[in-house]
Amino acid sequence: MSNVLAIAQKELKGYFASPIAYVVIGLFALVFGFFYYIGVAYFIEQSMRMMGMQGGPTQNVNEQVIRPLILNASVILLFVLPMITMRTYSEEKRSGTIELLLTSPLTDFQIIMGKFLGAMALYAAMLAVTLVHIAVLFALGTPEWKPVATSYLGLLLMGGTFIAIGLLISSFTKNQIVAVMGTFAVVLLGWIINWASTLAGPTGREILDYLGMTNHLEDFTRGIIDTKHVIYYVSLITFALFLTARSVDSERWRG
Amino acid sequence: MIEVQHLTKRYGPVTAVDDVSFKAERGEILGFLGPNGAGKTTTMRILTGYMPPSEGKAFVGGFDVQEKPIEAKRRTGYLPETPPLYPDMTVRDYLDFCARIKGVPRAERVNRVKTSMERTRITDVARRHCGKLSKGYRQRVGLAQALLHNPEVLILDEPTAGLDPKQIIETRKLIKELGGDHTVILSTHILPEVSQTCNRVVIINKGRVVAVDSPDNLTARLRGTETMLMQVDASGADAGAVLRAVPGVSQVRVAENREAVTSFEVESETGRDVRRELSAAIVNRGWGLLELRPMRMSLEEIFLHLTTEDTATASPEPPAGGAQ
Repeated sequence: MSNVLAIAQKELKGYFASPIAYVVIGLFALVFGFFYYIGVAYFIEQSMRMMGMQGGPTQNVNEQVIRPLILNASVILLFVLPMITMRTYSEEKRSGTIELLLTSPLTDFQIIMGKFLGAMALYAAMLAVTLVHIAVLFALGTPEWKPVATSYLGLLLMGGTFIAIGLLISSFTKNQIVAVMGTFAVVLLGWIINWASTLAGPTGREILDYLGMTNHLEDFTRGIIDTKHVIYYVSLITFALFLTARSVDSERWRG
Repeated sequence: MIEVQHLTKRYGPVTAVDDVSFKAERGEILGFLGPNGAGKTTTMRILTGYMPPSEGKAFVGGFDVQEKPIEAKRRTGYLPETPPLYPDMTVRDYLDFCARIKGVPRAERVNRVKTSMERTRITDVARRHCGKLSKGYRQRVGLAQALLHNPEVLILDEPTAGLDPKQIIETRKLIKELGGDHTVILSTHILPEVSQTCNRVVIINKGRVVAVDSPDNLTARLRGTETMLMQVDASGADAGAVLRAVPGVSQVRVAENREAVTSFEVESETGRDVRRELSAAIVNRGWGLLELRPMRMSLEEIFLHLTTEDTATASPEPPAGGAQ
């Protein structure tokens, strides 16, 4: 465990020693802030109009501001998270430091978990920044906190899946550009795959909907923790990390 | 301490290491000598558990590197060809991280990092970023990393590459010191390094071991006959005749004839020291003996001799003194 922590800490420090952490957190906060501003402004305009109409349907901050915001955030993550994972293995392979890790008394599992947790910690820091926006809503209004909590749990699980896939693809190549583009392509496909479901038959539709990585997030944003979705994300994470272990091991044989 | 048995490594159709076997005892410094591409790095990478062999076994401290990798790696310090540094880390942070993943207990960590830095003389760059160091410092930080957990076995892939002459001398001194209680394997293609630091040499070429012996024995073994170089201030014909008459001398060649001074290469029977007789014969005739020295095959010559010939004929003598 201390080995996993040592690597996780090294990874996290590495993000902050290079511009990556600042660029990623900054970009995410910027775009998130933009969506937030639009969402809140639109909500206020709607509320004003409703007040003028004297008793329309009640306005709900959770449904009209936070939920769309979280769903939009999932799309930003699609772009941002591959940047976190692109260097995890590629950089170590390019600079030869992988030789240090693989000849130290560590198991592959410890190395992979360390890298995964290091990336997750940076991701958690990214999400933490957005809590400032949410806190403002709580200060000015009375949203429910439970759907917010489940939304963030969902975001963590979905982001974890992106990160695990990113690790796997990074372990394939020495080239960071290849790693970031490969990861982006895979998670993008995970987002748009269920767009095809309207064209597919009833069985095909169900399969495509299940495969889509972002539509499993929707129940979380409604305040529902459905084990179906938790299992989907956790099993994808486990599978991607397992494949990463195989990929690192096969690299040894190929030399 | 280290044992390698019939190690073979193939990369697809290319055989990088072919049936290599050798042993190194505790406290021994083993030199791994060979031209570029001979399979030195591959053998070392197998020993450190970085890659598995296609065939054969490697043991470190009695642990099979493949079966018990954690135990074996705990006993190994490894300096790869390019020092594995993280450019964004300071030297101290880097060594601290290495100490952690090598399982140095928390209480000892600060001390170990400190002693490692002192031994390799890098204390003055402790706060600098690894990426901004000169080649010599990088190499030494890499060496400090290998020493951190005080391993029984040190595997150093070209430890003096990129160092300036002063640093090379310091590093060789350090390696010799380490040889006392560690087993050291170092690879190099610099020959004087081997004769200066190593107790034993493994010469490897095209993936095969061509000789295993001490540097002195290797020199002696390949000599076959004893050859003396003599310089006499007499004409070639006269002195040659006198020298040929000395008992035990088998052949006399004129190497150089310059005015009144002649240089001879005098071969004698193996194991027979004819220097006394040779000098007496010359001096008794009233000539001046300007020089008399045994000609030894330098390690360079041995190396070229062993690595340029076909591997089949490369061992002119049975490797009796070789594989121990």
